[in-house]
Amino acid sequence: MASLDTLRVSFFQECEDLLDRLADGLRQLAADPVNYDIETVHAVFRAVHSIKGGGGAFGLDDLVGFAHLYETVLDGLRTGRTVMEDALMQTLLRAGDVLADLVTAARDGVPPPAELTARVATELEQLAGGHGDKDESFAFEPMMLSLDPIEAEAPSVSDGPRHDIYFAPQGELYVTGNEPAGMILALSRLGTVQVEADLSEVRPLADFSPEQPGLRWRITLDGCIETAEIERVFEFVEDIAQVRINLGPPPSQEEEPTSPAEAVEEAGVAAQIQPTAEILALPLAAAGARGAPAAPPPVAQDGAVATIRVNLARVDKLINLIGELVIMEAMLSQVIAKAGLDSNSEAASGLDRIRQLAGEIQESVMAIRAQPLRPVFQRMERILREVTEATGKKARLVTVGEATEVDKTVIERLIDPLTHMIRNSVDHGLESAAARQAAGKPVEGTITLSAAHRSGRVIIEVADDGGGIDRPRVRDIAERKGLIPTGAVLGPSDIDSLLFLPGFSSKTEVSAISGRGVGLDVVRREIQALGGRVSISSVDGAGTTFTIALPLTLAVLEGMLLEFGGQTMVLPLSSIVETLSPASSTIHALGRSNRVVLNRGELIPILDLVEVFDLPRLGDPPEQGVLVIIVTDAGTRAALAVDRILDQRQVVIKSIEDNYHAVPGISAATILGDGHVALIIDPEELVRSARSEHAPPLLSMKG
Amino acid sequence: MLGISADIQGSRREVVAFRLGEQDFCIDIGYVREIRGWTPTTVIPHAEPHIKGVINLRGSVVAVVDLSARLSLGETTPSPRHVVIIVSVNNQIVGLLAEVVSDILSVTPDMVKPVPEQVGEGSQDFISAIMTMPDGRMLRALELTHILPMGSGIVP
Repeated sequence: MASLDTLRVSFFQECEDLLDRLADGLRQLAADPVNYDIETVHAVFRAVHSIKGGGGAFGLDDLVGFAHLYETVLDGLRTGRTVMEDALMQTLLRAGDVLADLVTAARDGVPPPAELTARVATELEQLAGGHGDKDESFAFEPMMLSLDPIEAEAPSVSDGPRHDIYFAPQGELYVTGNEPAGMILALSRLGTVQVEADLSEVRPLADFSPEQPGLRWRITLDGCIETAEIERVFEFVEDIAQVRINLGPPPSQEEEPTSPAEAVEEAGVAAQIQPTAEILALPLAAAGARGAPAAPPPVAQDGAVATIRVNLARVDKLINLIGELVIMEAMLSQVIAKAGLDSNSEAASGLDRIRQLAGEIQESVMAIRAQPLRPVFQRMERILREVTEATGKKARLVTVGEATEVDKTVIERLIDPLTHMIRNSVDHGLESAAARQAAGKPVEGTITLSAAHRSGRVIIEVADDGGGIDRPRVRDIAERKGLIPTGAVLGPSDIDSLLFLPGFSSKTEVSAISGRGVGLDVVRREIQALGGRVSISSVDGAGTTFTIALPLTLAVLEGMLLEFGGQTMVLPLSSIVETLSPASSTIHALGRSNRVVLNRGELIPILDLVEVFDLPRLGDPPEQGVLVIIVTDAGTRAALAVDRILDQRQVVIKSIEDNYHAVPGISAATILGDGHVALIIDPEELVRSARSEHAPPLLSMKG
Repeated sequence: MLGISADIQGSRREVVAFRLGEQDFCIDIGYVREIRGWTPTTVIPHAEPHIKGVINLRGSVVAVVDLSARLSLGETTPSPRHVVIIVSVNNQIVGLLAEVVSDILSVTPDMVKPVPEQVGEGSQDFISAIMTMPDGRMLRALELTHILPMGSGIVP
């Protein structure tokens, strides 16, 4: 039996989905507040209702109270008592935010944001007021399962049409705490019910599976009842149970005239049922005839793709195991090559096939971890609302490519930097309303958040249609703050990059939204920690675009295998600009032990990796070796001196810190085809520590 | 607390015994995952002298500690006859480089003696108890938390 804790966990997981659906629905409503689809309102209502129901079961009074108010207002909208208008829409959006806050607060066990909750609750109360619902205190009462036969309380009048109802709950229905008896009871209040349990799907006890209930009901309901009323009974379970409502013949044999509309509906329903019956009959027939096409799998309702929740640790384990498989395969092929087997031999071609399979499995598993960016983008809508409210600027968010999939860990860690960038774009990027009008732009600014896959990376752009970067001012500020020497020669993109320097805040007065000491340098650091880069481009008068380029996954890395001092290490390909075998005339000594190389008119400091990593010198002096020119995200170049370049390949990233501690200049490790561990160089840190010490860099890194 | 003495009070325990130099040492068998032959390691830059490098243990990167160097008994020059004892303590996996594993032995509580107070000798920090064996051998029970690279006070 699941403990209360696991139920709690699954409730909050459920809430995430429901809040997603809520946000989705609200977005659709906000997009077109005039001609919205009433179904969307229903969907939003159901999401709020489900959260309320679950919250009640766990005694989350704040949450339940607020959800109840919210639900009341939504109910007004859905029944047509309230008319959609802009103010209402804004309240609904804010209430959605508050509800999400309350769920988070309840989950983390922290006090909810009382002031905001109270403010929005008051708004909701005003909207709900007059419908006589707000004074009725809502209390959650767990329904007792009554085993008494359900007695019809309804009047025994049995005139009017008869409804045949087929009710087949799915496992989900019970999981979400719904009770079929309650629904049948509700039906009995509408008219006379006759309930017949259909046991044909019930399996023997030995095969019993609580998640696949077999019990079905056929209910006939007599009385003057609108089909819609019956539908309402099943409203909250319609996607977790199969419900067919069929207008049957009246109970008496004397034909009572049915309205044409009903007749049509009846015919339509009947036509829908017919094929179902055939499909059900098929497997029985097919069972005898071998080779007959299998019955199509039951189609999930409303086209939703069936999903399961999987513990992330299990997926990670799978990824590790597949990494192992790839390594073992590489080792095997080395053994085969050593044994002198022909590359056309059966062993070799079998191995080829294994290599392909391993590659396919690896891709598929990576795809499991990949998640669409949608939730992050939805979160940004809220951020935009908050920041526009605080700054008084008008802005809308346009999102493009929100279905783009990224590794789950990347998604989680994208929220903070994106939040900051959206705030920055509204606060600093967009001009004031007056300035916009003067420039002939619409008063409402547009922030475009887009994502796309491009050449093995994910590109996310945050673009505003503001005034662009005021470069003279940026330069001025940087000079005043001593970030650059006065009168330094800087190109436009160099000036733009100044925004990423720590300690730079271009807003003269510190606003509450951005510019609280944390600047874009934090954004850049966070993106770098994800193995990505962020860049900026700006067009005067037309706006600024921030571009984030991220690796698809944190689990593999494209790298270059370097050999020096008898060791093999991996350098991330993303940081490499070029490699060269320099003529000794281009290398110049500088000071006691520093050397630089002259490359394309630029003097680049040389970092001898044998010295940096304190390894024994085995081979030739570095003049005869190879120089690998790298560039950091800050644009600093360095030439790494190595003995040889071995290979370029994708490597699976393994943590060193799991079983050891961080190593200076090393970001992680990987396992090579021969089973040996190779360390992955962190070029950013290498250059940083080399710059921070004017003495030879190795001294600063001695552990 | 991870030493032997506390664990085995009142009951028999099995220990893995091995030699370093001229001395016998032991670890509670509960910590030992496996024992494997020495294979060349990948050197870690700027590591302490007793860290021999890292090896690939079925996909995990595991550091190998030269126990002899760690206990100030002199650096080991590893050869294929050396073994790496893979231990798991506090969810951390570490390989311990040692000479041949001599035995797996049962110890009873009466064999366990406290470490005598010694001054000016670093290695007793790493020893939690001493087992006196019937054959006259003395097994030094290692305090693993003090030996691991992540152990308190040893992180560079």
